[in-house]
Amino acid sequence: MTNEAPLCPECDAEVDIPGDAMENELLSCLECGIELEIMSLDPIELELAPEVEEDWGE
Amino acid sequence: MRVALLVTHIRAEEKLILAAFNNRAISPDIILDRELNFNISEGPQQLAPSGIAWREYDMVFERCVSTSRGMYALAILNSWGLRTFNTYETAAICGDKLRTSIALTLHGVPQPHTRVAFTPESAMQAIEIVEYPAVLKPVTGSWGRLLARVHNRDSAEAILEHRQTLGDYNHHIYYVQEYVDKPGRDIRAFVVGNRTIAAIYRASNHWITNTARGGLASNCPVTESLNEICVRAAEAVGGGILAIDLLEDAGGKFIVNEINHTMEFRNSSKPTGVDIAQEVIDFVIGEVGVVA
Repeated sequence: MTNEAPLCPECDAEVDIPGDAMENELLSCLECGIELEIMSLDPIELELAPEVEEDWGE
Repeated sequence: MRVALLVTHIRAEEKLILAAFNNRAISPDIILDRELNFNISEGPQQLAPSGIAWREYDMVFERCVSTSRGMYALAILNSWGLRTFNTYETAAICGDKLRTSIALTLHGVPQPHTRVAFTPESAMQAIEIVEYPAVLKPVTGSWGRLLARVHNRDSAEAILEHRQTLGDYNHHIYYVQEYVDKPGRDIRAFVVGNRTIAAIYRASNHWITNTARGGLASNCPVTESLNEICVRAAEAVGGGILAIDLLEDAGGKFIVNEINHTMEFRNSSKPTGVDIAQEVIDFVIGEVGVVA
């Protein structure tokens, strides 16, 4: 994993990646609050998480 | 033991589940539902997206946030004879509030007075029979989405017209329940197999108490009577790993409101002191009965 903090694809803020992060994990940008998905850990690639769909839930 | 963890993406619950498997020296293959591409007629010898034939898995643990993807994947996997948690049958019942209500009725489990109608006119009659305030729910859906508490005929007419005009056919199934005047909280109980392992109160000033909507979690003691109704409710829908949502009526009697088959529990282990993920994983490992 690279040391450089990745940027939020929505607001360009640096995003903190937890040490135990996993591919396809969801996390929020602390700057703009948008939900992101970690697409790759090495190198770190972030994408906007998919929009919640009508059938999502428990 | 070879395990596939089927997910839409990784959330806090999935990380806890993976850690619980790891505690038992099992490393599940993570399979994303977006990568599934089944040949229905080929059978379990075909490769999963992991590159391993489906038949090699001792179990598939389904944790999709997408109810439809998870349910249909379970339908296919169970048709091939694969062991899954939960089963398709349980998921199909729990994913549909109407089918859940039917199952609870068949097993004599208390639930709110529930009616179903298929037109705005008959839905209005249903609402007036259960009396105001009534609750209108979509038969599918979660996280308290599109629930409506209807206080009078004017608001009932407006909601029914909106649903008939703007909703797809699913929203033309009018599932109507009496409003249970609960004491500012409801109960979520976690059933694993034939045991209620933990329960929380979900308190909120809002009538919708889901923690996804800001309800605050605190420990709820698992009494004999709470365990009894939860286990009966779980059995009614086919059993497995389930979160039972209950209401308390004015007399303190438990009423089953909903049952969830891919439960969220990230906020529940701390107040209850129960390692819910580990309880769940130890149960499924025991059920499959294959030595790691």
